[in-house]
Order: sequence, then structure tokens, then C-alpha cells
Amino acid sequence: MDLGQINPLLLLASLMVAATPILLAAIGEAVVEKSGVLNLGVEGMMITGAVVGFAIGVNTGSPAVGFVAAAAAGAALSMLFGVLVLYLMSNQVATGLGLTLFGLGLSSLIGKPYEGMKAPSMAKWDIPVLSDIPVLGPILFRHDPMVYVSLIIVAVTWYVLTRTRAGLILRGVGENHDAAHALGYKVIRVRLLAIAFGGACAGLGGAYVSLVRVPQWVEGMTAGAGWIALAIVVFASWRPWRVLLGAYLFGGITVLQLNLQAAGAAIPVEILAMSPYIVTILVLVVISLRGNHGAPGSLGRIFHATH
Amino acid sequence: MIHLEKRPQPSQFWAGFTPILAVIATMIAGGFMFWMLGKPPLEAIRTIFWDPLFHETFGPYSRPQLLVKAAPLILIAIGLSLGFRAGIWNIGAEGQYIIGAICGAGVGLAFYPSESVLIFPAMVLAGALGGWIWAMIPGLLKVKFGTNEILVSLMLVYVAENLLASVSQGLLKNPEGMGFPGSRNFRDFPAAYNAELISGTGMHWGVAAAFVAVIFAYVLLTRHMLGFQVRLTGEAPRAARFAGVNPSRLILFCLGTSGALAGLAGLFEVSGPSGQVTIDFNSGYGFTAIIVAFLGRLHPIGILLAGLLMALTYIGGELAQLMLGLPAAAIQMFQGMLMFFLLAMDVLSHYRIRFNKTVPA
Repeated sequence: MDLGQINPLLLLASLMVAATPILLAAIGEAVVEKSGVLNLGVEGMMITGAVVGFAIGVNTGSPAVGFVAAAAAGAALSMLFGVLVLYLMSNQVATGLGLTLFGLGLSSLIGKPYEGMKAPSMAKWDIPVLSDIPVLGPILFRHDPMVYVSLIIVAVTWYVLTRTRAGLILRGVGENHDAAHALGYKVIRVRLLAIAFGGACAGLGGAYVSLVRVPQWVEGMTAGAGWIALAIVVFASWRPWRVLLGAYLFGGITVLQLNLQAAGAAIPVEILAMSPYIVTILVLVVISLRGNHGAPGSLGRIFHATH
Repeated sequence: MIHLEKRPQPSQFWAGFTPILAVIATMIAGGFMFWMLGKPPLEAIRTIFWDPLFHETFGPYSRPQLLVKAAPLILIAIGLSLGFRAGIWNIGAEGQYIIGAICGAGVGLAFYPSESVLIFPAMVLAGALGGWIWAMIPGLLKVKFGTNEILVSLMLVYVAENLLASVSQGLLKNPEGMGFPGSRNFRDFPAAYNAELISGTGMHWGVAAAFVAVIFAYVLLTRHMLGFQVRLTGEAPRAARFAGVNPSRLILFCLGTSGALAGLAGLFEVSGPSGQVTIDFNSGYGFTAIIVAFLGRLHPIGILLAGLLMALTYIGGELAQLMLGLPAAAIQMFQGMLMFFLLAMDVLSHYRIRFNKTVPA
């Protein structure tokens, strides 16, 4: 093995790219869970976003249009979940699982004709002046626009959740839906909006995998990223900036194991490939040792207004 | 103005009727989907649900397949249903299935080419043990540290898939396989082969085990203290705690049982219908079994029927692929739809629909 082959600058730069899909999905799910709904369908919405984004991107030749379509597809699929969970009061865990199974089937149905095609390339931004800074420039300021969009989404989410009235209402609904309802807030409407936001973010994350990171359509290509996003929300104690930290740590591990594989490390490929999942389990264990602080009070509970 | 009124108790009638309604709704929605794909809807539905059983030429081939495909689904779903009833979510059955298959097959292959009658029982034990251990990981983490069992059990599926890839190209690879990945074929190893018990019926040891599991689960849930505790924990967790139910013991029992059953299903599959350990011998039974468990209303008899129905959609789906060129993914979506309709219609068993003209102030 030649560790010298691994360029730390490139490693750090690709870390941001590797982390972006999970970051997008996780920040969306954090908002959904803050409103008191547990949507286990992230993986299904991500893979649907991946295939829709890719298909539209290929057909229009514009990745940007692809991303918009992916967000719309993710949000549309999440509305299926929203209606079932909020209006028909189905079990959230079971419905989320159903959404994932459905999304996996839907995506491979849509994606069949697109197998083996190449995604339209997305221009990287060379942010003037900043990208010329030695060391930091190539790491931070020479990425495609979606990397920065994801960071903006995190910042806006943090601001809205902690600094605005709308965020306060959303957190109130998630903490205690009966009290929020008694105060006159529309629990169902708030949650439906949160679910749609989560779906759109998951769709964007999925499209980032198929349009930028790979960039190709392969069946089942998100490979558990949606589930890892769910784990990162727990890791982050439902806080936006910690979601960013978690996603980047995770991106780092992914990139490192890929680089070790490429460098021909003495460790078998399969062991390296399973490492992100094992690390996720270890992180979950460490987090649970500390207790689940910050979990919204009404998370996963069914809301039924009698009056 | 329509509103929903919570029933004091879930309706028995609707509990039994909603799965049937959901199947009908899925057929209609599925027919619509097939029509959108440019396939004749009625013919597609008939090919999936009728032809595998009653078609003159295909029937004799596909009827035995019904038991072959239903057995692992039922075996896994029975285990899952125990946990689901108690609010313990093992969604990593696919991983336990793979590990059970690897362990069981590994024990068998280690003794190649022995002809001892003890080999197959030893493989069965190893398979169950493998699945049990794999499920004990989320179980123990949940009990010791309170770690979320949903995420851990699912992460372990990906770990198991990578292990499978590793052993089928390394440890368990057929030494006489001319470099091809995959283990020795159990068809050439009679002492370890899970052959048909009655030829031409599809009935192998796994099918027998599935029936035993159904009976066992039925007795457990209706006649045994542990089954009562499972039901109580699901329906009234607070009451269960006051009644002295030990939650840790229940978590380990539910996860362990479902893991062992999934491991068994994996072993019976790998040593019989699939025949060898290959990188993709697992065909997602662990995930489809979740739908089976819900379609069967988490009830052993219901799961038996749901498993047979789901097996029918697999076989019918393959037939429709062959006859009508229906994409394989359409069947997967069809199964996902079934789950949605089921969950949507569940509202009828828990709530009453009330129509009133005056809008409450």
C-alpha cells in the first residue's frame, strides 16, 4: 500500500462532495422530526429524487432543471406519506418503511431506460479571489453550486428554526402537539409543510448522487444513504449545525475508505466498504450512551384532534 | 363535514376485511399502472394472480414454486410480527437471513464430502444461530445502551451484504469452480441438500419449518404468558410496565426469535432452491416479509395467507415478465402499493367515519 498516493488536499475537497447528499437528506429529516413526525422513507425519497433528477437532467441537458424536478418528486412522494400519517393516522414507522420499499420499486421502474447513460456535467464554480487562496481555496471554494446550496439550506434552516416565529411554532408542534393544537396552531398543516420540505431535501440529495457524485444512474445507488441520514439526525441531537458536522464527518470516512481502496490497502475491499455502516452503528451507540437529549416530545406519536 | 371518531376498541370486522379491500384496491391501482406502461391491465392482473395456479401449461411448473417462495416470507414474517406487535422494530431481517445462510452453508461445506446424516441438522442449527447472533447485536445494544434498533438492524444489512460478497469470492468459494465466484452447489452434496420432501410439490424442510412456526406463534400468542406480554406491551406499554413485564427480556426475545427464524429461512433457501452461496442469492425476502407481516395483520394465520399471496405475486410477476414483458420493478412497486393501501385502510378498523352537517365551532 502506498499511503503517499492519497493527497490530503484532494481528500478534504472530495469530503464535501461525498457529504452533500447525506447533508441534504439529513437537514430535511431534522426539520420533519422537529415537527414531531418520524419519516423512515428518506431512502425511498432519495432514490426517487436520484432517478427523476437524472432522467430530467438527461432529457433537458440541464442539471439545474434536474435538481428542481428531483426536489418536486421527493416532495410529491413525501405527500403520500404525509396524507397517510396525518389524515389516515397510520403508524409512522410502518408507513415510512412502505415509502422506502415503494420508492425503490418506482425508481428502478423509471430508471431502466437510463441505465448506462451519462449525466450532463455540472460546471464547477471557481469563486474568484477565494479559490486562489492556497490550501483553503481548492478545498472550500472550487465546488459545484449544489455544495453551497446545501450549506445555505443548513444556515436558513438554523435561522428559521431558532430565530423566527414560524420555527417556534414548528418546534412547539413537535414538542407537544396537543398543547400546540389547544393554542390554535394548525398541527396538521405545519407537519405537512415540514414533511414536504423533508421530501424536497431528500430528493435533492438523491439527485446529487446521480447527477454529480457518480454521475450515472445505477439501480439502488443511494445504498443506504437515506438511513445514514436518519442516523445523523440522531447524532446531531436535531440541531442543524451538528447535522452539518455529522454529515461531514461521515463524508470524511466515506472518502477515506474509497481512497484506501484505490490505493490498494492491505485491508479487504469488503471490510472497507462496510466501514461506513459500522461507524454509523458505533456513533449511534456512543450517542445513546449520552441519552437521547433533544428528541422532540411528540416524535412518532399520532395526532388526532377531537375538537 | 367528515370527521373520524376513535373506536373504543379496534373493529374485528374491519381488521379482517381491510386486507382483502387493500388487495382489491392494489389490483385496481396496479392495473392502472400496467395500463400506463402500455400493457393490457386485465390480462396482466390475470397473469399475476390466476395463471400461476390454474394455467394449463404454466400451472404445473409454478404451483410448487408457491410453497418455495412463500416459506421464507412466512418464516421471516412470523418472527417480525412478534416484535412489531410489541413495538420492537427489527427491519434488518435481510441481514439476518444472509448471515444465517452463510453460517449454515459454512458448516455444511466444512464437512464436504461427508455423508453423515447429522450434517443437515447441524447446518439448520448453525443457520438459526447465525441469524440469532446477528439480531442480538441490535438487541443487546438496545437493552444495554438504548440504541435505536431500527437503524442498527438496517445498517447490519449492508454489513451482511458485504460479508456475503466477501465469503462468496473467498472463504466459501468453490475450490473446483474454475475461478467463478460462488460456493459449491448443494445439489452435488446430498447430505447437506435441502431436497423436496415430496417430489413435485415444492415442499422442502423450510416449508415444514414455516408451518411449524405458524403453529408455534399461534400457541405462543394465545396460550402463553410470553405471548400475552408481547401483546400487552404493544397495546398498553404503561400497563405492561405496571404488570411487571421485563422490557429488556422482551426485546431480546423478540429480536432473537425473529433473527433465528430469518437465519433459518436463509439456510433453507441457500441449501435448497438457490443451491449455492452467491453474491446475490438473497432476493429481498427480508424486506418483503415486512409487507407480509402487515398484510397478515401481525397474526400467524393471517401471515400464512399473506405469505402465500405475496409468493403468488412473485411467481405471477415472473410469468408476466415472460409473457407480457412487464418490468420486474413493476412487481416491486405493486407490492409497495399493497403496503400503502393496507396502512391507509387501517384507519377503518381504528376509527369510525362520521358525517355531520354542522361544523364544530
